[in-house]
Amino acid sequence: MSFDIFLQYLLNGLMLGVIYAIVAVGFTLYFGVLDVIKFSHGDILMVGAFAGLTAYIGIAGTFDSPWLQLLVLVLISLSVAAFLGAVIARYLILPLQKAPPINTLLVTLMLGLALREAVRLFYPNGSNPKPFPRLLPTDGIVLGDFTLRSDSLILLLTGIICIVAVQRLITRSKIGLAIRAVAQDSETARIMGINFRQIVLITFMLGSALAALAGLMNGLYYNEVNFSMGLLLGVIGFSAAVVGGLGNFYGAIVGGFLFAGLQTIGAVLLPAILPDVPSAYKDVFAFTVIIIIMGLKPTGLISEKSSERV
Amino acid sequence: MKSIVSALVLALCSSLSFTVSAKDTVKIAYIGPLTGGVSANGIGGRNSADLAVRMRNQDPNAKYKYELVTADDECKPNVGVQVATKIASDSSIIAGVTHYCSAVAMSTVDVYHKFGLPVMVWGAVLPEITYGNDFKEVHRVNGTMINQNEVAAKFLTGLGYKKWVIIHDTTDYGKGHNKYFTQFLTKNGGQILGTFGVTADQQDFTAELTKIKELKPEVVYFGGLTPIGIRIRTQMDRLGIKAVFEGTSGIKSDAYIEGLGKLSEGSLSFIEGAPWEKLPGGLEFIAKYNQQKYPDAPEAYGPFAYTAANLIMDAIEKAGPNRKKVMDVLNKTNNVETIIGKVSFDDHRQNIVPLISKYVAQDGKWVVWEDSLYAKKQRKLGQ
Repeated sequence: MSFDIFLQYLLNGLMLGVIYAIVAVGFTLYFGVLDVIKFSHGDILMVGAFAGLTAYIGIAGTFDSPWLQLLVLVLISLSVAAFLGAVIARYLILPLQKAPPINTLLVTLMLGLALREAVRLFYPNGSNPKPFPRLLPTDGIVLGDFTLRSDSLILLLTGIICIVAVQRLITRSKIGLAIRAVAQDSETARIMGINFRQIVLITFMLGSALAALAGLMNGLYYNEVNFSMGLLLGVIGFSAAVVGGLGNFYGAIVGGFLFAGLQTIGAVLLPAILPDVPSAYKDVFAFTVIIIIMGLKPTGLISEKSSERV
Repeated sequence: MKSIVSALVLALCSSLSFTVSAKDTVKIAYIGPLTGGVSANGIGGRNSADLAVRMRNQDPNAKYKYELVTADDECKPNVGVQVATKIASDSSIIAGVTHYCSAVAMSTVDVYHKFGLPVMVWGAVLPEITYGNDFKEVHRVNGTMINQNEVAAKFLTGLGYKKWVIIHDTTDYGKGHNKYFTQFLTKNGGQILGTFGVTADQQDFTAELTKIKELKPEVVYFGGLTPIGIRIRTQMDRLGIKAVFEGTSGIKSDAYIEGLGKLSEGSLSFIEGAPWEKLPGGLEFIAKYNQQKYPDAPEAYGPFAYTAANLIMDAIEKAGPNRKKVMDVLNKTNNVETIIGKVSFDDHRQNIVPLISKYVAQDGKWVVWEDSLYAKKQRKLGQ
C-alpha cells in the first residue's frame, strides 16, 4: 500500500471516528451524570439532522450565502435537539430516577422507535432517503491517490474542536465542575448547593446537541439523510462508549476512533485475506473484536477505577 | 292504463338495475415498493397498473369491472412475504401484478404457488424468479438480468474499456448481477480487478472506495439499487475517483438523478425493453398516463406494470374470474401484441425480450445512448 492510499484510509477512518466519538461522548455524559443509558440517542441524532434539513428548506430562498445558511441550519438543529433532550430528561428520565435502570433503558428505547416512526410517517415523503444540501466548499488538494476535499477537512476540524470544547467545558468551567460533582456523588453535590435537576437538564441538552451535530456532520459528509440513520450510529456510539469505559469522557473518544479503525481495517483486510468474504462483513468484524476486548477488559479500556467520571 | 304505466315503470327499473349490476367487480392486486428508497419506481408501477384498470373500466366491451388492490412491499423480503400472504389468502383477488425488487419477488414465489394465485412480475430481474422453480403461477413480463448484463458487458468492452471493479449489494439481486456480469465480462475480454460485496443499507463506502482507487479501474460496475447507488457515486467523487460509473436497471430512476444532481452526469444504466418513446405503444401509453394527471412519472418499468395488468385482465375476460383458469390462459401467452411489443412466454413463463436499451445520464435526464452526446463523441464518459 502506497503512502498516499494509507493517508486516504487514515482520513476516512478519522472522519468516521470523529462522528462516532461525538455520539459516544453523549452516551458517556448521560451515564456519567445519572447512570442512565439513553437508547434514543441515535434517533435524536436523526431528528437533529432532519431539523437541519427542514431549516434549510425553509430558508433556502431567503439567504444566498451558503455560510449563512449553514449557520442558521446548525443553530436550529442544535436548539431543536437540545430542547428535545431537556424535555426527555425532565419528563422521562428524572421521574424514573428511582425506578430500576432497566425501565429507563426500555423507555428511551421505545422513545427512539417512536421518534423514528414519527419521522418516517409524518415527515413529507419521510420513508425515502433525502438529499442533504452541499453547503461546504468542495474544492480540495490532490496528492497522488490522496484527495483531501475542503468539506471533509472542515467537518473533521469542527468535530475535533467540538470534542475539545466539550472536554474544556467539563474540566475548566463552573458548569463542568457541577456536572463532575453530580457525576461523582449526587447526594453530596446537592448538599453543597448544586441544583441537581438543573445540571441533569443541562447535561441532556448538551448531549442531545452533540448528537444533532453528529447528525449534521453525517448529512454534510454523505449528502444524504434518512429516517433510520440513527439506528446503527446509536449502536456503534454506545458500543464505543462501553468499550472505552462507560462514563469516561476519554474512553468514549478512544472507543469511537477504535471502532472506526476496526471498520476500516475490516473493509480492507477481510477481502484481502479471505477472498470469499465480502467487505460487507466489516461491521461483523468490528463488533467481534469489540466483544473480545470486552471479554478481556470487562470495565472498558479506560475503566472508572483508574480515572474520574465524565 | 294503470297497469301499462306500472309495467313500464317496472321495465324501466329492471333495465336500470340490469345496467347497474351488469358487471361483476373483479379484484386484481398490485404489489411494489410504495415507500422506501426505490418507491419512485413502485409508485410509477402502481399508477401504470391503475391506468390499465381505469382504461379497461371505461371499455364498454369489458365483461367485468376491475378493482386494483394495492400493497406496499417496501422492497423488503420479510414485508413482501407478509403482504403477498395477505393478498394471496384473499380469495376475492384473482391475480396480481407483483414486485419491483428481485429479493422480494424471490421470497414470495412460494407463497403464490402455495395459494395458487397467478402473478405477473413487472420489474424484478433476477433470473431465478422464473427459472429457479417451476411454479406455474409465476410469470414475468420484463426481461432478466442475464439479458441486460450480456449487453452491458459487450457494450463497454466494445468501447475499449478493459479494467473493472465490481461493487454489488449482498442481496440475491446484487449477487445475481455480480454473477452474470462477471461471466459475460470475462467472456468479452474484460478484466476484473476486485469485487466488493456491500450491505444494502450501508452508509459509508470510503474504505471500499479507497481500495478501489488503489486498483485504478477504468469502470466501476455497481449491482444494486438507487439509494446506495447515490451514496457510492457521491463518495467516489469525494475520493476523487474518475472512473466511469456503470449501474444496472436498479438505478434507472429519476430519483437517482434528483439525489445526485450534476454528479449523475455520465452514469450508465441498462434496461430491458425500450424507452416509452420507442415502444410500439409508448406514445399512446404516455398520452393516456398524462391524461390521468398522476403526480409522479411512470418511471422505467411503468409500461411493464401496465402490460402485466392488461394481460391479466385479458385472461380474466377470457376465462372468467377463476384463479386456476386465468393461470392456464396466462401460461399459454404467445405472440400477444402489447404496448411493449410482442409478448411470448417460454417454458418457464418468462417473456422472451430480445431488446435491451442502454442509457446514459445527460444534463439531468436519462438519455438513450444512441441519442446522447456521448455516442456522438461530443462528451466523454468518466470526466
